[in-house]
Amino acid sequence: MKSLEELKAIRDRVRSSVTMREGNEGNIRVVVGMATCGIAAGARPVLAAFTEEVAKRNLTNVTVTQTGCIGICQYEPVVEVFESDGTKTTYIKMTPEKVPQIVADHLVNGNVVTEYTIGNL
Amino acid sequence: MQELSLNVLDIAENSVRADASLIKITIEEDTFAHTLRISIEDDGCGMTKEQIEKVMDPFFTTRTTRKVGLGVPFFKMSAEATGGSFSIASTVGKGTRTEAFYHTDHIDMLPLGDMPATMLSLISVNPHLDFLYTYTRDHNTFTLDTRALKEVLEDVPLNTPEVLLYIKEQLTEGEKGLNDQP
Repeated sequence: MKSLEELKAIRDRVRSSVTMREGNEGNIRVVVGMATCGIAAGARPVLAAFTEEVAKRNLTNVTVTQTGCIGICQYEPVVEVFESDGTKTTYIKMTPEKVPQIVADHLVNGNVVTEYTIGNL
Repeated sequence: MQELSLNVLDIAENSVRADASLIKITIEEDTFAHTLRISIEDDGCGMTKEQIEKVMDPFFTTRTTRKVGLGVPFFKMSAEATGGSFSIASTVGKGTRTEAFYHTDHIDMLPLGDMPATMLSLISVNPHLDFLYTYTRDHNTFTLDTRALKEVLEDVPLNTPEVLLYIKEQLTEGEKGLNDQP
């Protein structure tokens, strides 16, 4: 079992790298639908995959968050990506397997993965 | 829902929406008596008596995006299917406590599933809230209190990737420790 001492060490490590994290432009918000419909369809592993992938790549300009039901339950798990210029992309029928590609192509390189979007229905 | 931990995640989301600041999630398992009790308690806005009756009805929801609200009915059904019971106690302005009781040796008992994943999801997207998670199996108890973690972290947010990794390990190790013999 990890001790609180280890948490303290993590705290100090994070603090020393905070200066590097500040001043990030082009903030991106990844919003996962976590209502009953989303959860039942498999949103939890999708959320976990985004959190993990964003951490792995140290994408400090990306925030992974949640929302309730947006009304398209039949396409859940639904993930919306909001970029700082106001564009919104809606990915549907998400799986953890689709996450690394969306992170690499869209969040890092700015290319929407069209085949997974709602527009591709 | 394929596992009960998903119901827990779903019901705890109601607490988030009720503007709770502290959410207590308690699991008590008795492997000798074959029983399991799950409770989710919050200090959110609470519900009136009429609202409590309505949330058990699948065709009631407060949202406007769709016409059905299945969260509470699903949770209730999962418990009653095992010959167990379900209850909601709530006071407006004080909070809500939802409890489900299961007979784990019943054929319709669902697995509890991945509770660490549920807790990690809740914590990662609600770092401003506090969670008190307690899992008791017979004589062993594991507790995770985000208030204690925040005390150590000070200004470092709870959803910093390194911190989430730490919490994940705590949760997984804690659950393993529940099998320890006295």
